[in-house]
Amino acid sequence: MAACSVRTVGALLWKCKNNGSTVNIVTSQLSRKVPSRHICMSSALHRKNLAAAGPQKFTAEFIDKQVEEFNIGKRHLANMMGEDPENFTQEDIDRSIAYLFPSGLFQKKAHPIMKHPDEIFPKQRAVQWAADGRPFHFLFYTGKHSYYSLMHETYAKILNLEKRQDRLRAKGLLTQEVKKISLGASRWLTKEELETLLVETMTAHNYNRFIQLMERLLSMPHCSVEQEFVSRYRRQVEAQSRKQMVPQLEQDDRGVAFSTAEGRRKTSVSSVILRDCGSGRVTVNGGDYMQHFSVLQDREQLMFPLQFVGMLGRFDLECTVSGGGRSSQAGALRLAISRALLCFLPEGDMETMRQAGLLTPDPRLTERKKPGQEGARKKFTWKKR
Amino acid sequence: MALHRLSFRLRQTVTHVRTLHTTKCRQQQESLAAESEPEPFSIFRTRENDPAIQSEKNIGQYYTLPSAHIRTVFPHGLPWRYQQQMKTFSEACMMVRQPALEVMSYLKKTDYSKPVMRYVLYGGRGSGKTLSLCHTVHYCYTQGWLVLHLPDAFRWVKNCKELLPSSFNTSRFDQPLQATEWLRNFKITNEPFLSKIKTKQRYVWTKREFTEEGSLLGQLVDQGISRVKSSSDVVGAVMKELKLQSGQPESNFRLAVAVDGVNALWGRSTIKKEDKSTVDPDELTLVHNMRKLMKNDWTGGAIITTVAQNGSLYMSKSAYLPQELLGEKGFDYMDPFIPVSVANYSEKEFESCYLYYMDRQWLQHPQCRTEEGKKELVFLSNRNPKVMERICSSL
Repeated sequence: MAACSVRTVGALLWKCKNNGSTVNIVTSQLSRKVPSRHICMSSALHRKNLAAAGPQKFTAEFIDKQVEEFNIGKRHLANMMGEDPENFTQEDIDRSIAYLFPSGLFQKKAHPIMKHPDEIFPKQRAVQWAADGRPFHFLFYTGKHSYYSLMHETYAKILNLEKRQDRLRAKGLLTQEVKKISLGASRWLTKEELETLLVETMTAHNYNRFIQLMERLLSMPHCSVEQEFVSRYRRQVEAQSRKQMVPQLEQDDRGVAFSTAEGRRKTSVSSVILRDCGSGRVTVNGGDYMQHFSVLQDREQLMFPLQFVGMLGRFDLECTVSGGGRSSQAGALRLAISRALLCFLPEGDMETMRQAGLLTPDPRLTERKKPGQEGARKKFTWKKR
Repeated sequence: MALHRLSFRLRQTVTHVRTLHTTKCRQQQESLAAESEPEPFSIFRTRENDPAIQSEKNIGQYYTLPSAHIRTVFPHGLPWRYQQQMKTFSEACMMVRQPALEVMSYLKKTDYSKPVMRYVLYGGRGSGKTLSLCHTVHYCYTQGWLVLHLPDAFRWVKNCKELLPSSFNTSRFDQPLQATEWLRNFKITNEPFLSKIKTKQRYVWTKREFTEEGSLLGQLVDQGISRVKSSSDVVGAVMKELKLQSGQPESNFRLAVAVDGVNALWGRSTIKKEDKSTVDPDELTLVHNMRKLMKNDWTGGAIITTVAQNGSLYMSKSAYLPQELLGEKGFDYMDPFIPVSVANYSEKEFESCYLYYMDRQWLQHPQCRTEEGKKELVFLSNRNPKVMERICSSL
């Protein structure tokens, strides 16, 4: 319905002989629910344009309306839940929606959400030309004006720094020791992040050129002047290991230090008590370790954390494990041992363990069987006819 | 690894001794060499190849079995993997361990005029029961005993290809193939005794074949090997004769009965009759005769056995104690016996095993030569001999 109405409007406009470039289609005449489409209309391209239109585009008015509706809805929701409409935060909204619409779906993204329209609708470009058709930005006709303006800006800064250097050299105040720019533990924005920042697509080549230019800026002396500009395009890299919880180091009656930790893998649950000043004895569920893990592979899995930190003969392990199969039990125990080891280690080793993958719980679970298929992925026999 | 370095240092002193040529110096060096002689030339080996001389201080050390002995004593006795190891290393080295030494010390002190003592070696899987038994058998052989060795009693109660109804007693069944095989091996082991011992009874095999009283044991055994049909009865006859004659004042031999997996005699079997019903071990001639031999109503010898879960039928994997494996019937029959526990390697024994493999160039991975590698081996094998051997073996 939208297509044919748009088509008629497009035909009308074409007859009125407008500018021929892309035209704002007035949305209010059309149905309120359906968003408008910026489509270049010529009768020959009618059939193809539906696919070539790209993602849906929303007008600023539409977004404003959505924001209004969101705010009103927020107040209604607060009233429904018996809370104060003035101080109703996003967390409260999430809690209420989860309560009112409980969903048992596996995919978390498929659960119902209520968020501010800015988070739901992707950011889009405002109109870039005036009513007379003249574009606002001088680089509009490059097609990626924000990207090229950014490049120009950065290059202008580089030239400024060079001029500054020349001036200092002329005055004789050029010093060799330069204040280094302090970047801290940060990284450049990724291509995706830069695209969202500029609200513009760019190719990998463009992105690489941008990074090259920024590196060149950083290599110049006195670039600490441009600190603020550079830090806009860098993100802090937090050492992941800071989020890791280290289990408590306890002491038992005889003064021997020990620590407890748990681990999971698939459907196995395990817990381990690691005692210091031991001889490398291992007990599993109170019984013989060799009998429980008769396969060499499982024992190697258990050995890995201790071997990695080089403390093989030092600890006594008391393990309990249940559920799952032999491989998942071994994996669960391995995670538990790595966690229990954390409190015995010096500072830097936690990061190396994390990078080795010892502290990451394996999130893989059995995939659901789908209807119309034999299993999760396997299909029924394909018959040609 | 200080032990290993020590052995290298000793080796170096010995080689230095050999290269010097001057006579005076040579005498001095020879005296020096003589002084260093009493020490073993490597920590994990011992020169005392006679089990009778071995003692507590040799525990953990490997002694070499002479190849002549192996051919006679163990035509069928050693485990398959050990035989392969012998072939690879071109020598048969066995570790001296506590359980074997214990049994041998008891054998040295027993009074052979009293009824026989029964020893049962038990332990977890792969802890070394069979090899301890073989060690004891070697000792008995070197002492000149008559050795009756049944390397795997389970071979008599499972995978039987031919089952004949017994001619002697119609309710029982014969196993000709197993019996002939055993007789052949018995002959190889006890060659010298076969021409000395005489039978005390007359045995009639068929209408035309019989063995006179007073004929040699060797003849009886040959009879069994050549006439396959009556071989199981021959086995029974041999066992009966030996039981009667050992401990008698006129016989000058001692009888050692060594059975591996004695719990097979009282367990269940997987042999089926023609009507698909299971054969009870009671109904097998060989088992029946063996059981009679297990009774302690004779003198002048010893019965050394092991109870094994490994080849056993219908037994849970975690069972290793004699009571569990023998069952009620077996336990009552074997009671009283001396249980000897065989455990995994101790630290010293493990060290010795590791050094032996290094010496034989068996551990090729560079990681094995480090301390870390050794700790890994300890962890992965939990000092179990069989698992250690399997980890170190070729792929």
